[in-house]
Amino acid sequence: MKLTTLLASAALALGFAAGAVAQDKTTVGFVYVGPVGDGGWTFTHDQARQQVEAEFGDAVETVFVESVAEGPDAERVMTQMALNGADLIFTTSFGYMDATNNVAAKFPDVKFEHATGYKRLHPNVSTYSARFYEGRAVQGHIAGSMTESNIIGYIASFPIPEVIRGINSAYLHASKVNPDVEFKIIWVYTWFDPAKEADAATALIEQGADVILQHTDSTAPHAAAQEAGNVITFGQASDMSAYAPFPRVSAILDEWGDYYVARTRAVMDGTWESVDTWHGIGDGMVGIGEITDAVPANVKEEAMALKASLADGSYHAFTGPINKQDGSVWLAEGETADDGTLAGMNFYVEGITGDIPQ
Amino acid sequence: MDLSAINPILLIAALMSAATPILLAATGELVAERAGVLNLGVEGMMIVGAICGFAIAVETNSPVVGFVAAAIGGALLSLLFAFLTQVTLANQVASGLALTLFGLGLSALLGQGYVGIKPPRMPDVNFGFLGDIPIIGPILFSHDPILYVGIAVVAAVWATLKFTRMGLVLRAVGENHDAAHALGYKVVRIRTLAIMFGGACAGMGGAYISLIRVPQWTEGMTAGVGWIALALVVFASWKPWRVLLGAYLFGGITQLQLNLQGAGVAIPVEYLAMSPYVITIVVLVVLSADKSAAPGSLGRTFHASN
Repeated sequence: MKLTTLLASAALALGFAAGAVAQDKTTVGFVYVGPVGDGGWTFTHDQARQQVEAEFGDAVETVFVESVAEGPDAERVMTQMALNGADLIFTTSFGYMDATNNVAAKFPDVKFEHATGYKRLHPNVSTYSARFYEGRAVQGHIAGSMTESNIIGYIASFPIPEVIRGINSAYLHASKVNPDVEFKIIWVYTWFDPAKEADAATALIEQGADVILQHTDSTAPHAAAQEAGNVITFGQASDMSAYAPFPRVSAILDEWGDYYVARTRAVMDGTWESVDTWHGIGDGMVGIGEITDAVPANVKEEAMALKASLADGSYHAFTGPINKQDGSVWLAEGETADDGTLAGMNFYVEGITGDIPQ
Repeated sequence: MDLSAINPILLIAALMSAATPILLAATGELVAERAGVLNLGVEGMMIVGAICGFAIAVETNSPVVGFVAAAIGGALLSLLFAFLTQVTLANQVASGLALTLFGLGLSALLGQGYVGIKPPRMPDVNFGFLGDIPIIGPILFSHDPILYVGIAVVAAVWATLKFTRMGLVLRAVGENHDAAHALGYKVVRIRTLAIMFGGACAGMGGAYISLIRVPQWTEGMTAGVGWIALALVVFASWKPWRVLLGAYLFGGITQLQLNLQGAGVAIPVEYLAMSPYVITIVVLVVLSADKSAAPGSLGRTFHASN
């Protein structure tokens, strides 16, 4: 990050941003939940922002504010961005959902793109998300194949559908290759808190887990796993390759760049419309980080085949028979889950112990 | 539910480590507040200490030098607060908040080149045969040196405040700065030193997170620990041993709730997640029934002409 952007974002955050932006440029704003240096979620959104800059050069100006709390603060930051002449604003966390719609109501000429949410209350709000659960399926397959203690630890952030989908998908594919697999899930109620994530990973490892899956954004669990010595981990959102080839054996990659470029172009062309986008591996929004040689060759082959079948649509990560946790039938043999159920997923599949926090 | 999955020995060992950053930061803040200064910049000093310690440890390949640098970094940042509040007589609450914001930004800037690097590890203290004693060995004699430094700092602060002339003078300045000034004590100088001590402790607490607990550098990695330390000082009624108790309670219940979740205990997760905050506050509030009051001059601006 250039010092100028840092200063610009600081000034913006303090609400002292200098006056109107030149009219000939399209201004694209980004609201981040974590720091751009988190090495995970926010880092990947910022990479995508840089792709937008590279694509359009001087025709586009981007501004961003990092570490914006999910609450009144978010609304203030978005309002400030809109007042400062942003034409398009990406709000990149689930918790910004209501703030995004509230601000969109006040600025009908500004386009809003909210990540991972489902509310589009105004014609100037789009939502977009990635089918991370497809990546989780590949992770689950590798985890179930490689675990020796049959205990897989899962560091979960908040009990929202996206996280629950990930847990279910990972569990289904881990238990498919290893029926004895047991998931231990810890909810940390944060997207990013390295110390807490390290503690959670340590607690799981002390309870016998030899695989740690995470739905939080820091690399702290990898450091804890490395310390333990015989535990494998997966990069989350970004590659986290500093910990490759071991403990980090693969990763789910968030690849937002193409979407951000397309939406920016739509604003410039005047063709922008409110849409709901949900892309997966096939559309290039979800990537699988390099599977390292710590993974046995046959497992790696199976994982790549699974990835390919998810990408070309020949296989759906939620294909029946699947029962809900209480034993009731959810999907019959060969039936696949519909997007509506997945988007609002609020139940565990059969075999996972414990309750989802309400 | 499988409680046998939780190893109490590992749990207690983990809580001592988890509590150390809070303990160090809170003890430093306690000294500043006993001198009558309310410094809300703990979080900022911690995060600056975290990156100073991390960067210097990486550059020198020595965690010990890193911790010294973290203490110096925290103290230097606190000097800014001392200048604002003691020399220019600025409002302490606003200055402290500004210090936290400044520290978070400054640490992000300093840390640009240190993301994704692994720091040198600090080896545990070798206690020889003591470490082999069952139960007690792994709990008490299996840690890094800084954890023991943290406990030593609490003991030293307690003894200094209670038994030494220096401690008495510091408390006098905190209780009634006009009276202390009338007796000829240098109020501003004493407070500046207390602020710097607080900064040094906070800096070390931050470095404990970036060098030992996590260990790596990421922006914003202190994640609010400084605010917890601040609250702890108040709930501990400005008494060092209660700060230790509060930090261990908080750290312990944090570790315990993570372990209980992993073991699948049938308590709703939401209650587990908030339990460290609730239980720590309740215990310390019950303890503070002995009518301990805040230092009389806490947060008040001093000028010799008043």
